[in-house]
Amino acid sequence: MSTDTLTYEYDVVVIGAGGAGLRAAIEARAQGRSVAIICKSLFGKAHTVMAEGGAAAAMGNVNANDNWQVHFRDTMRGGKFLNNPRMAELHAKEAPDRVWELEEWGALFDRTKDGKISQRNFGGHEYPRLAHVGDRTGLELIRTLQQAVVSFQQKDFREHGDYEARIKVFAEHTITRLLLDGDRIAGAFGYRREDGQFVLFKAPAVVLATGGIGKSYKVTSNSWEYTGDGHALALLAGATLINMECIQFHPTGMVWPPSVKGILVTESVRGDGGVLRNSEGKRFMFGYVPDVFRKQYAETEEEADRWYTDPDHNRRPPELLPRDEVARSINSEVKAGRGTPHGGVFLDIASRLPAEEVRRRLPSMYHQFKELADVDITAEPMEVGPTCHYVMGGVEVDPDTAASSVLGLFAAGEVAGGMHGSNRLGGNSLSDLLVFGRRAGLGAADYIARLEQDRPEVQDADVDAARTEALAPLEFEAGENPYTVHSELQQTMNDLVGIIRREHEVAAAIEKLGEFRERREKLSAPGSRTFNPGWHLALDLRNMLLVSDCVAKAALERQESRGGHTREDYPVMSATWRKVNLVCSLDEQGRAKLEHKPVPTIRHDLLELFEVSELRKYMTEEELAGLPGMEPADEAVEVAAVEDEVVEAEAEAVEAEAAEVETVEAEAAEAEEPEAEAVEAEEAAEAEAEEPEESEAQSEAESEDAPEAEVSETAEIPAQAEADATESVADVSAADGEEGAK
Amino acid sequence: MSYKAKFKVWRGDAGEGSLEDYGVEVNEGEVVLDIIHRLQATQAPDMAVRWNCKAGKCGSCSAEVNGVPRLMCMTRMSTFTEDETITVTPLRTFPVIRDLVTDVSFNYTKAREVASFEPPAELKPGDYRMAQVDVERSQEFRKCIECFLCQNTCHAVRDHEDNKDHFAGPRFLMRVAELDMHPLDTRERRNEAQEDHGLGFCNITKCCTEVCPEHIKITDNALIPMKERVADRKYDPLVWLGNKIARRK
Repeated sequence: MSTDTLTYEYDVVVIGAGGAGLRAAIEARAQGRSVAIICKSLFGKAHTVMAEGGAAAAMGNVNANDNWQVHFRDTMRGGKFLNNPRMAELHAKEAPDRVWELEEWGALFDRTKDGKISQRNFGGHEYPRLAHVGDRTGLELIRTLQQAVVSFQQKDFREHGDYEARIKVFAEHTITRLLLDGDRIAGAFGYRREDGQFVLFKAPAVVLATGGIGKSYKVTSNSWEYTGDGHALALLAGATLINMECIQFHPTGMVWPPSVKGILVTESVRGDGGVLRNSEGKRFMFGYVPDVFRKQYAETEEEADRWYTDPDHNRRPPELLPRDEVARSINSEVKAGRGTPHGGVFLDIASRLPAEEVRRRLPSMYHQFKELADVDITAEPMEVGPTCHYVMGGVEVDPDTAASSVLGLFAAGEVAGGMHGSNRLGGNSLSDLLVFGRRAGLGAADYIARLEQDRPEVQDADVDAARTEALAPLEFEAGENPYTVHSELQQTMNDLVGIIRREHEVAAAIEKLGEFRERREKLSAPGSRTFNPGWHLALDLRNMLLVSDCVAKAALERQESRGGHTREDYPVMSATWRKVNLVCSLDEQGRAKLEHKPVPTIRHDLLELFEVSELRKYMTEEELAGLPGMEPADEAVEVAAVEDEVVEAEAEAVEAEAAEVETVEAEAAEAEEPEAEAVEAEEAAEAEAEEPEESEAQSEAESEDAPEAEVSETAEIPAQAEADATESVADVSAADGEEGAK
Repeated sequence: MSYKAKFKVWRGDAGEGSLEDYGVEVNEGEVVLDIIHRLQATQAPDMAVRWNCKAGKCGSCSAEVNGVPRLMCMTRMSTFTEDETITVTPLRTFPVIRDLVTDVSFNYTKAREVASFEPPAELKPGDYRMAQVDVERSQEFRKCIECFLCQNTCHAVRDHEDNKDHFAGPRFLMRVAELDMHPLDTRERRNEAQEDHGLGFCNITKCCTEVCPEHIKITDNALIPMKERVADRKYDPLVWLGNKIARRK
């Protein structure tokens, strides 16, 4: 082994110092383990800082009807039932405790009148649920966790005279490889940016908490750190990723000026009353409420506006639909020529709240628009459009311990998959990273306890190989500029594997990724090893390319549209595909390969939290067998049973409507994807055929969650369906027209 | 819309360095950090700079632009004329690592010296009750993004290297004030502010407040009230006695 490598020994190495990483580190240290925290940037700058809206936790401080069951239900609906149900359950149950313990560490959330933690409304959450501090909740979280780490260091200082005796932060360090001993984690190799010094961490447990992958896209809310490092490290160590095709495009990113395109505009703007309008001044979201959510959302502006003050007797405004729905709707409005001068839509808070109130509730948004775009959001609307924001897919983990399929490797936060299904609700990310960050720290500590003396050993040859790999871009002369390859990659992913996906485009992306991969091997980074961003980017590109390969291949494979994966040629959800996790690993050539594995089944007591009529929209009849409220097979049952096959005569009742849809789609999509229409019409027919079940008796568990509002809507549904079908005539995008009509 | 700007950027490391001249394209709506990124992508791939969020929320891209301590991501190019030469240099108070990147570990050392929040021992998680009006004072200080521009600009350290040992700087004196004003903090912090963190070095010239990108009134709302409390405490025998008898705020 080369001698120019600094070696450290720890029990647990946590890679990533955002919310999940810090929470994991705190837990592992609290369990008595020695912990190294690896930060890609300075301590306290991680991407969690950017989170604005809040942390979702069913504390019931603002609406006492809230509880973990309602939160679980909202999370599953938001994720379109692709979620790992155990993760969604643990998350909903534990989030309140995780938020409360932050107060013990000094967090200062905004308060209710009776002095409790205030909670705000957000898309997809039935009740006000997000603990927040104005619109800078992520900063509060990271600072609180950072200060909790410091508090442990102060204890260690009092005990050992050394702040870093048992928990040390390695700022501006980058891990490039995980090291194995057989099939177990033995350590991690990387380098220190300050001087390019190589570092080796010997440790039996590694927690990945590296966040997301947004920097593979051109328009993104993510910072430079988000290059899929943990996803790639996991793959290279032999672990698996799931559902990488599911990427959240946040509906509201800034669109102008160009240099800030993609920067996030918090969902709190809408939670606090902001509305979306197209260039004609119309609140277009009313035309995009999909069938599965119709019962929970207002049909008129009047009802929507009343909801802010009287949520018990009115339904939510459609601006607060889950993010995937809103993003697609904005996309269609712009495509239909009803966008703003800079290619977005208008987000208006100015006409909805007094200027003073806007500044109080949304101080960073006010500041951001004032300073970066010369827009005073208290006087004029913002221009917003979708931006790549979050990856729902990630490392396949055990829900309870956050353990991956590789012994000693754990993952939490955005880098882990499963929790959010195909689409994450706003506010569920901050609570996710607290809940599963803690569980990963515990999981790692328990794993080490079981190891006892049988610690894995790092192999010298692996360290030498990692070193050679890291040095390559510095030693290769006259190669290509990494910035060029990066910018082409971003353009490719943006254009070809973006918010709406088409088979031929995704296939073209996969081919391009192959070319980038060859070019990456011949990158040159001139300069020294000291804080050299070109060198760093060359190393990050390996990760971005690996992850993009997974995203593109999974996007090609999944032949349906669900949450953060929209296929123009397969525009609706399929109950058969709902049962499939696409599991990504590396083949012998180091390329992504896919496998189908079943999504873990939902326990009956959890299924009973939903009405059967709602579950039918997502699941096959076999899955629902034996549930209370299940009727013996009738027409609808048969339709669902032949899921994905040709719908025959039993769909007669809705054929007329389906035909109408087909016409609409044909007009809209024109020559682009003619074969898609038939599929759409079929699936639309299926969905409609399920409608008669709407009046299904409520399940027992349902009754405790204020069911009145839901029951009373049943009668209105046919009218709404018709309105939606009419609405979709105007749509250009086939996928979005489908959403309205299905 | 776009034009070619003249830039001078400090290049070098801990040993030596100099201002280098660059001609670089500037487009509408861009900020100084965009231009630094363009230089990296097209002319100087190894130009060292810190940045993360590019939206004024993380406080990473601190530097001095034409001598003024600023976040590069929040410094719009439209604030300069097209023929102006824009000079970008690293923060002066901290040792240079390379180019625009400085060693800011001083700040993390100081952060560690401020005793953590101490809630009442009997208070259980979930039972914390505080009024909004009472948390707002500390919330203002918790807006701090730790860009360290205040630490960089405060001449108690900028011009007096020797003071670094004894002076926490505005950011961490504000942290002491934040905890002192926390409705549920039980620790007595006034003596510490004076004796351990060097509150006395501050001579309230408000330079810190002027450079704060979050517009926190560091001097008026944190440092001066802290000084007043320290003075009250030091010279009021009743307060002294009262605190001797019952340790409370």
